[in-house]
Amino acid sequence: MAAKVISAQNLGLIFQTADGAVEALSEITLDVNEGEFVSLIGPSGCGKTTLLRAIANLENPTSGRLTVNGLSAEAARLARAYGYVFQAPALLPWRDVNDNVRLPLEIMGFDDMAGRVSRNLALVNLAGFEKKYPWQLSGGMQQRVSIARALAFDPKLLLMDEPFGALDEIVRDRLNQQLLELWGSTKKTIVFVTHSIPEAVFLSTKIVVMSPRPGRIIDVIEVDLASQRKLEIRETPAFLKIAHRVRQGLKAGHSYED
Amino acid sequence: MKTDAAFRSGHSQDMAACAASIAMKHVPLLTVTLAIIIFWYAMCIPMNAVLTAPKIVAAGGGFANTLIFSWSEGRPVLPSPHQVFREIWNTVFAVEPWAIKSLVYHLWITLSSTLVGFLMGGLLGTALAIGIVHVASLEKSLMPWVIASQTIPILAIAPMLIVVLGKTGLPDIFTKASISTYLCFFPVTIGMVKGLRSPDVMQQDLMRTYNASSVQTLWKLRLPASLPFLFASLKVSVAISLTGAIVAELPTGAVAGIGARLLNGSYYGNTLQIWAALFVAAFAAAMLVLLLSALEKYSLKRMGTKA
Ligand SMILES: Nc1ncnc2c1ncn2[C@@H]1O[C@H](COP(=O)(O)OP(=O)(O)OP(=O)(O)O)[C@@H](O)[C@H]1O
Ligand SMILES: [Mg+2]
Repeated sequence: MAAKVISAQNLGLIFQTADGAVEALSEITLDVNEGEFVSLIGPSGCGKTTLLRAIANLENPTSGRLTVNGLSAEAARLARAYGYVFQAPALLPWRDVNDNVRLPLEIMGFDDMAGRVSRNLALVNLAGFEKKYPWQLSGGMQQRVSIARALAFDPKLLLMDEPFGALDEIVRDRLNQQLLELWGSTKKTIVFVTHSIPEAVFLSTKIVVMSPRPGRIIDVIEVDLASQRKLEIRETPAFLKIAHRVRQGLKAGHSYED
Repeated sequence: MKTDAAFRSGHSQDMAACAASIAMKHVPLLTVTLAIIIFWYAMCIPMNAVLTAPKIVAAGGGFANTLIFSWSEGRPVLPSPHQVFREIWNTVFAVEPWAIKSLVYHLWITLSSTLVGFLMGGLLGTALAIGIVHVASLEKSLMPWVIASQTIPILAIAPMLIVVLGKTGLPDIFTKASISTYLCFFPVTIGMVKGLRSPDVMQQDLMRTYNASSVQTLWKLRLPASLPFLFASLKVSVAISLTGAIVAELPTGAVAGIGARLLNGSYYGNTLQIWAALFVAAFAAAMLVLLLSALEKYSLKRMGTKA
C-alpha cells in the first residue's frame, strides 16, 4: 500500500468577490497516493486551478480538511514539498535558461547547482540552450525550461497546471511522451490539470472529472493501461473505452448545469 | 593593382553612403536647430533696439548697420548666438580650467554637488520605495508626505534648508546637495514603488512555492524587475538634481558654481555671462542624461533584454 501524498476531505472554497460569493470548490474528497499520475479534467471554470492552488497553499480552503505529506498544506509549502508548473512558463526575462533553472536552487541554498541544472535541462532535452534568454525560445521550449526549474530541487510531488495548454498538437504529443518517460524514471507523484481527454487518458493512472458551479468531482476513473505507453496506444479499444467514460462524465456535468 | 583600386573606390563609396545616411537621419534636428538660430538672430534686432538705435543712426542707418550693431552690442539685452559662442569659448577653452574665470571650474563646483545630491536622492528614494512596498502602513503614512514635499516651491524651502543644515556642521557640499536630494528622491520613490510592484502575480506565487524570504524575493525578483523603472526615474532625477544644485547656490551668495555665475551676471547686467553659464549647464545636464541612457542600455543588455 503506497503512502498517501495528498488527502482532501469535504474540501470547500468560496471566493468573496465584489458581486457576491463564488463557490469554486465544493465537497472535494480525493486521495493521491505516492507515485500516482492524477489528472484533473473538466470544463473551464470548474475549479481545477483552484484545487491545485489549494494543494500548493496558494489559496486557502474555507472548509474541509487538506493534508500534503501528512502535513497541513502550509507546512508542506514551507517544507518545499512540491514543484509547481504554472499555466504560463513564468520565466524571469532577465535570467538566461541556466539561471532560470538555478533560481530555486539559489533560494533554497543547494550545493552542486551546476550539476543539477545540467541534469534537469538534459531531462527536458534542452542541453545546449543554457545561454539563451526566454524571448529567444519557442513557447514549448519555455514551458520545458519551467518544468526543468520545477524539477531542479527534486521535489517528490509535481503540481502542473495545464503546462501544455498553449501548445500545438504535435509539440504537445512529444512533450506528453517525454513527461511520461520522466515520470517513469523519477517515480514522482504528479497532479496534472488538463482540458484534453486524450492527454488525460494517455498520461494518467487516475482521472478526476470535475464539473462547474459549484466546482466538484463527478467521477474518478482508474486507468489500467500499461505503464509503458506509446502514442499509438490512443488507437486501442481499451484507451477509447476510458476516453468515452471521461466524455460521458463531462457531458453529465454539463447537462446538470443547464 | 586594378582590383585594389576597385576595392578602394568601392570602399569610399560605402563611406559616402554611410555619411549620407547619418546626415539624412539628423535632417529634422538640424532643420529645427537652424530655425531656432535664425529666429534668435532676428530677435536680437528688436530686443537690443533701445541700446543700438542711436548708434545705428549715428553710423548713417541702413540694413547692414542695423545687423552689425544689433549683433555685436557690448552689453546686449539679448546677445547674438556667435557672441554667446565666443563667450563660452573664452571661458571654457581659452582659460586654465581652474581659473576663477573658467566655466569648467564653476561647472565642476556645481556638478560635484549635483552628483552627491543625486546619489543621496537615489538611495533615499529607493529606500523609501522598498519600505512602502513591504510595509502596508508605510504607504498610508509616508506617501502623503512624499507627495506634499513636492508641492512646496523649492525656491521657498531652499534658504531655510541651507540655513538649518549649515548650522549642523555638516560639510558644505552636503548642505548644498540637500536641495538636489530633496528634488531627486521623489521621482525615484514613485518610479521604484511601481517597479518593485511590477512582477506579476504568477512570478510572486512562484517565489511563494519556493518559500522564499522577502529579502530573497526583493533581490531576485523585485529589484531586477524594477531596473527599467529605476533608469526612467534616474534620468528625470539627474536633470532636476542639477537645477537643485544651481538653486542651492543662490541663497548663500556663493562665489563659485554655475549659480554664482548667474547671480554675478545678473548683478552686473552681464547677459553674456548668464547665457554662457546657462548653455554650459544645459549641456552638462544633457550629458548626464545621455550617460545614464548609455548605462541603461548597457545594463539592460547585460540582463538579456530583447534589443
Ligand atoms: N481569485 C479569485 N477570486 C474570485 N474568484 C475566483 C478567483 N479565482 C478563481 N475564481 C473563480 O473560481 C472558479 C474556478 O476557477 P478556476 O480558475 O479554478 O477554474 P479552472 O477549472 O482552472 O478553469 P480553466 O480551465 O479556465 O483554467 C471560477 O468561477 C472563477 O471565476
Ligand atoms: Mg485553470
